[in-house]
Amino acid sequence: MTGEWRKITAPLGDGDVEAIRSGDLFLLSGTLYTARDKAHERISGIVRSGGEMPFDARGQIIYYTGPSPAPPGRPIGSAGPTTSYRMDPFTGVMLGLGVKGMIGKGGRDEKTRRLLAEFRAVYFSTFAGAGAYLGKRIREASVVAFEDLGPEAVYRLAVEDFPLIAINDIYGGDLYESALRKRG
Amino acid sequence: MDPRKISTGDIAKTVVELIGRASFTLPAAVNESLIRLEENEEDGIGRDTLRVLLENAEIARAERLPLCQDCGSVIVFLSVGQDVKLDGALLEDAVNGAVADAYGMFNLRKSMVGDPLRRKNTGTNAPAFIHTEIVGGDRVAVTVYLKGGGSENMSSLRMFRPTDSAEDIIDYVVGAVEAAGPNPCPPVFLGIGIGGTADAAVINSKKAVIRGGRHHDPFYADLEERIGERLARTNIGPLGYGGRSTAAGVYIMEAPCHIATLPVAVNINCHSLRYMSAVI
Ligand code: SF4
Repeated sequence: MTGEWRKITAPLGDGDVEAIRSGDLFLLSGTLYTARDKAHERISGIVRSGGEMPFDARGQIIYYTGPSPAPPGRPIGSAGPTTSYRMDPFTGVMLGLGVKGMIGKGGRDEKTRRLLAEFRAVYFSTFAGAGAYLGKRIREASVVAFEDLGPEAVYRLAVEDFPLIAINDIYGGDLYESALRKRG
Repeated sequence: MDPRKISTGDIAKTVVELIGRASFTLPAAVNESLIRLEENEEDGIGRDTLRVLLENAEIARAERLPLCQDCGSVIVFLSVGQDVKLDGALLEDAVNGAVADAYGMFNLRKSMVGDPLRRKNTGTNAPAFIHTEIVGGDRVAVTVYLKGGGSENMSSLRMFRPTDSAEDIIDYVVGAVEAAGPNPCPPVFLGIGIGGTADAAVINSKKAVIRGGRHHDPFYADLEERIGERLARTNIGPLGYGGRSTAAGVYIMEAPCHIATLPVAVNINCHSLRYMSAVI
């Protein structure tokens, strides 16, 4: 690839987040937690009822994905991002739990972008639709919560050189919007 | 003449095989469209993205991993020759059984819920959306088209006034792609149904996107080209990161319509355009 890809590790600290600018390219190694629509709904329910979270979200990056089943001998199948706007209503809850990054595809609403600045967290995307390519950068996968949800369960993933593109930083930068400003 | 007997079991076998091929292999024409875009893309991250998409297709094919984790709803187009006599299980049951078999056997993600509001996963990815037409001859043509939810959510239909111009239609189509932005995983393949009834326009927008090539009628070929050119200028680019490669293909299917109507349906398909066909 031609761009400048910087190595980064998860979980993220405030220092990492402050150094990230919209448009930056990263290769991430470390841990990710998956969650999509149903898992977000359940986590919200836990928070509302004062229950115990199934994992410690502080500093973690949440990956919006519902992977395909693992073929024999592999940790996971294909695993690209799903569309993020569906998770917008839950951003406040997740960031409140200490989440520092989210990975999905597509734009976020006004409120989510404001919350990113307030809670100091970053919204990333990756190569959406390149599920096979991304699945191969996931070394381990284990279910940590809501197993009954199948592909929508929360998985802990160990990733290596997982490509991330920073979309929204804490300074109001938005890669999708800057692309549109360059229209011909 | 005696009708030719074809068993619905053979149709089911074909459906299983086509789902396997479509899930792991991009059609040659789709791959070529992406290569052409990559060669002409000047935006750095845009070009990187197209390269990754091509590499993804290579990995999927070689290692039999699904091209995308959203393995889609299954849309099946069946053209049944009227000189065919179908034997065996009910056609619909045979096709749905094939979908369940394929999604289990090939480790594909099951993304269908049985009821739109109560939303319980059927666990098999069945049922399929089956469109059957009767044609001449003694063959059965089967096309399997896998459509992900992210791009399907960006579909749109508008009923134009019959006096509206081609320019108005171009504005609407470009507007639909702009509104969708990065959500449907651009570069997109656009199917556009113009004319017919509201429902016919939507189905034609599905059929159009898997047509390939340029429209045979120069009038519509020109319209397709103008839409593609307008989309390149939006600078949405691959996955919305910027660049000219916003659309990988624009395909119109027109149909006769009522003097008072002009429906236009837009089917936005992601870069992962997955379909395969066979004739029995
Ligand atoms: S829009 Fe297409 S490529 Fe993108 S996640 Fe959905 S099915 Fe996959």
